[in-house]
Amino acid sequence: MKKQNWQPWALLSPSLSAILLLLVIPVLFIIVYSFWLRAPTGAVIPAFQLGNYARFFEDLFYPSILFRTIRVSLICVFLCLIMGYIPAYFFHRSTSRFRQALILLVLLPFWISFIIRTMSWINILGTTGFLNHLLLKIGIISQPLSLLYNEAAVLMGLIQFLLPFMILNIFVSLEGIDKNLLEAARSMGCNEWQAFREVTLPLSLPGVSAGCLLVFVLTAGTYLPPMILGGPGNEMIANLIFNRVIGTLDWPFGSAISVILLLLLGTIVWTYNRYLGISQIFKAFKGN
Amino acid sequence: MESSQKNMVVQLRGIVKNFGKLEAVKKIDLDVEQGSLVTLLGPSGCGKTTILRMIAGLEHPTAGDIYIKGRLVNDIPIHRRNLGMIFQNYALFPHKSIFDNVAFGLKYRNVSKTDIKEKVRKALEMVRLPDVGDRYPSQLSGGQQQRIALARAIVIEPDVLLMDEPLSALDENLREDMRREIDNLQQMLGVTTIFVTHDQREALSMSDKIVVLNDGVLQQEGPPEDVYNIPTNRFVADFLGSSNFYPGRVMAKENGLYRIRLETGHEFLSNHPFNWNQGDKIELVIRAQKFYVYAENNAPDETLGNSFKGVIKDRSYMGGEVSYFIDLEGGLSIHVISIVNIRALKIGDRVAVDVSPRHCGLLPGQHSIAAS
Repeated sequence: MKKQNWQPWALLSPSLSAILLLLVIPVLFIIVYSFWLRAPTGAVIPAFQLGNYARFFEDLFYPSILFRTIRVSLICVFLCLIMGYIPAYFFHRSTSRFRQALILLVLLPFWISFIIRTMSWINILGTTGFLNHLLLKIGIISQPLSLLYNEAAVLMGLIQFLLPFMILNIFVSLEGIDKNLLEAARSMGCNEWQAFREVTLPLSLPGVSAGCLLVFVLTAGTYLPPMILGGPGNEMIANLIFNRVIGTLDWPFGSAISVILLLLLGTIVWTYNRYLGISQIFKAFKGN
Repeated sequence: MESSQKNMVVQLRGIVKNFGKLEAVKKIDLDVEQGSLVTLLGPSGCGKTTILRMIAGLEHPTAGDIYIKGRLVNDIPIHRRNLGMIFQNYALFPHKSIFDNVAFGLKYRNVSKTDIKEKVRKALEMVRLPDVGDRYPSQLSGGQQQRIALARAIVIEPDVLLMDEPLSALDENLREDMRREIDNLQQMLGVTTIFVTHDQREALSMSDKIVVLNDGVLQQEGPPEDVYNIPTNRFVADFLGSSNFYPGRVMAKENGLYRIRLETGHEFLSNHPFNWNQGDKIELVIRAQKFYVYAENNAPDETLGNSFKGVIKDRSYMGGEVSYFIDLEGGLSIHVISIVNIRALKIGDRVAVDVSPRHCGLLPGQHSIAAS
């Protein structure tokens, strides 16, 4: 009886140690750092004070970056939702024998480095990039447009990174809907659009919300697209952390901002889990 | 002719359905009379569900015409056919309350809110679940869910009720109750019903007409007793109940009875209703349940007409009945299912078997191979 008690723990120990070493301990370090002081020399001094947090809320500069992060994340979620539902629904209804291949194509971008994919937008949208070149050539414009280094370019970079997550989440929940429900609705007098509204749409909402959560959390924590494709006014909270830690070597302040971001995202995930259940997200990666 | 046509709610004419190279349904004609319950019976893959789905409008026939209430519906989409459908897995909307589930079809029929309330209440009462309107499907048992599905289908007063194996997801005990419930409700409402099943007991107990299908071909149709007692081909005889088949010939007709001689030399008397000629190759069909078995020393003096002696080679005891495999003298093996009265007979017991000429069916012979 006693023997059986430790067996599951023994079997879990490799993964638990990995989580502890790679996730829990680093996060604890960051939390501890966030209370420390930074000497003018750049060295860190162990302490327990809330000065780093106070500094964040001292004026509107830092909170405004946080609000911008939330705003960009929400716009990104909205755009991914619109652009993700349509292909997910298409895959779901497709009876083509290339259906599996199409779904694999959604994952294709993951095989190419995220940095390369983000950088490649410079070649497309830059002043000497493909798009400007094309527009100049056919004479629609006479001066190259500045398409890069603004919020739209950042969103473009974010969407091309995050869209597959949304598509897969929605696709999986669509696939989970019993086809008989649709036939039942049709037999009772629904036309195709009404049946979609009554059955498919509401029953795909778990996948929609899982995709939205994933896209929101990933957007809020991302720093590459704003760094590469954004201008001076487009930096997001992760860029701020990057600058404080790498740029000014201010570990304590960078840690405090990280904890604030962690608390914000933690609250959102906790609320989501409370009302909708986090397990839906994992379904997308289990396949069908 | 005209009036008999008018009584037909569903008519299929030369229906063919191909899925790619597979011929799922081959030229089926079918008439379903107003208020009747017709069962499409057959093994899986026989085309019965495909036929139902074509009537529903979920599949389009490759060829042929479908009429509902005299109207050609080939090109009418499912939502304008006024049908009730019952699915094997109930197909209740999990995100809607029971009330909203039952009210669903009414909502799309421009029924006023107060009328909807009243009709839903009546429908729930009819399936004896009056108080579950606020609940959700997941809070009900399988049997209850199927009754809600039934309420949802009948509340719209459909021209035809289509049921696709509605009982097969239920437990054995529940199935019997549900079967009676569907039967009673169908008779009470007089709603024309097409019922798809692979279960012969369901088909025999509920139907006004059974349509036996195999391999996309209509094998036989008629009232349950006719189809069971007078099968017209070997598939039907075999599919409905356990039967013994023996190749033989018609020797003579005497006093209204055919004298049949099997290839083993055994002679049977049969009063099969069809016309057979002397010398016809036939196949004798006797259901396992129709034999009487007696211990040899206990056999009655009078015979029903076909009395033989033999030895029990094997048996399986099934509680209420026993399945015997008996070797008759002269080398004929028979399978008998017998009700246990006092004590089952044992392997090795010498027995007498007897079967009435009424239960000796005849099919056209096809035994050139067996004869060798």
